[in-house]
Amino acid sequence: MIDIRIRKNLQSAQGRMDLHLDMSLAAGQFVTLFGASGAGKTSTLRMLCGLMTPDAGHITTTQKTWFDHRRHINLPPQQRNIGYVSQDYALFPNMTVRKNLEFALDKKQSGTIVDELIDIVELGELQYRKPGMLSGGQQQRVALARALVRKPDLLLLDEPLSALDREMREKLQQYILDVHRKYQLTTLLISHDVGEIMKLSDRLYEIQDGRIVREGTPADIFGLGKSSARFRFTGEVTGVQKADIVYIVTLRIGHDQVKIIADPSEAADLQPGDKVAVASKAFNPVIRKI
Amino acid sequence: MEWGPVILTLQLAAVTTAILFVLAIPLAYWLSQTRSRIKPFAEALVSMPLVLPPTVLGFYMLLAFSPNNAFGEWLDDRFGIRLVFSFSGLVLASVLYSLPFMVHPIQSGLSALPQALSEAAYVLGKSRRTTLFRVLLPNIRPAMLTGIVLTFAHTIGEFGVVLMIGGNIPGKTRVASIAVYDEVEALRYMAAHGYSLVLLGISFGTLLIVYLVNGGYLKRFSP
Repeated sequence: MIDIRIRKNLQSAQGRMDLHLDMSLAAGQFVTLFGASGAGKTSTLRMLCGLMTPDAGHITTTQKTWFDHRRHINLPPQQRNIGYVSQDYALFPNMTVRKNLEFALDKKQSGTIVDELIDIVELGELQYRKPGMLSGGQQQRVALARALVRKPDLLLLDEPLSALDREMREKLQQYILDVHRKYQLTTLLISHDVGEIMKLSDRLYEIQDGRIVREGTPADIFGLGKSSARFRFTGEVTGVQKADIVYIVTLRIGHDQVKIIADPSEAADLQPGDKVAVASKAFNPVIRKI
Repeated sequence: MEWGPVILTLQLAAVTTAILFVLAIPLAYWLSQTRSRIKPFAEALVSMPLVLPPTVLGFYMLLAFSPNNAFGEWLDDRFGIRLVFSFSGLVLASVLYSLPFMVHPIQSGLSALPQALSEAAYVLGKSRRTTLFRVLLPNIRPAMLTGIVLTFAHTIGEFGVVLMIGGNIPGKTRVASIAVYDEVEALRYMAAHGYSLVLLGISFGTLLIVYLVNGGYLKRFSP
């Protein structure tokens, strides 16, 4: 259990912003932070790591207090036992894949975990290469594995998959889910991708301008929980056309373009670029904005 | 021409480079990290030898370390160190005079590294020292090589500061650059040619090493 209550005045590109967060992560939970860029998501992760100091509040775990403004406690990153995968991975270019992982070992820790992790993320063949020789997806796997070497109390993932193509994303989502379960991690992910969030997370916090505006399970928040759908996809509207008395809505779902017939009331508030869920109950598809 | 001054020059350059390498790493690291208010002052002091006439530095060091002065006298009485007209005095003067040539490349190398690298190491539980030696420095090898070679070459090229504080004592402070001056004054042009050509060769050679290695030229020919 990690209890977070922090305030921080941030200078962003859009001007000043008052970040004001109140959230708690239950042990073993997979939690996602969702929100537009500049909402304060990355700053939140940096404050959890100890790379940025909040102005007020506290961050406490079951075992220790990481930060407490009133008691003047602010543990340095070295003492927080966190796994952090930043957007740019920050692999050490002078070390091979294996050395990157070994560097993370604690002094008294046995090296068997390194072999185990290399196995899990399937980097055996690449372990003696330097990061500069790897593709984006491979680098991401190294970063993920390196973050797990110390068996962190909390794993932080800052849009780790945003730079990758869809196929690679889906594969890596599986790796993330696998290690989250295997090591019983508490994981906090930053993501924009609704499909990814649905697949991975137990709980979702939506942040807007530094405040939490919604929290709950992903299905609740994206409004997918209420329909008893047989199947369900999320996609993006690419076009809405009138055809006689109905509308034809064109959607991009994954790699596919799909055309769906919608009645005027459904189509009225749909515009290209909207994220939608498409579900089918028996025969007729239901299209709903998320 | 004798080889004594050339060997003395190389000794001075080697000792100066070794001392500066050890001194410059913490100094450059501090300059690359600090947000302290005294940083501009420290940077100006480090860079000063670039613009200051060497004779000015030599003059003040001569005054400070002269046994006729309180500080020089204290050094002499207390530790038996006489820095004026001695090899150790030359080393000290060279260290001060070549300081920017070692600090600047290392500092800019460290500043150019993404902050995310050291942050990643801190989050992995590593101290600043471990991060510096195992992550930061190994990634700025070209900058360190540049610092080493430039310092070495610059020390070989010293003249004014050496003449002021060291004088021209054969076997002790008579380095090659001073020998050239001395031979020309005595109209022994052949000897002056000898020293000059050796200095020219060494300077060109050391600089060539920097550009060959940092330009990746040597790597292209290795398997």
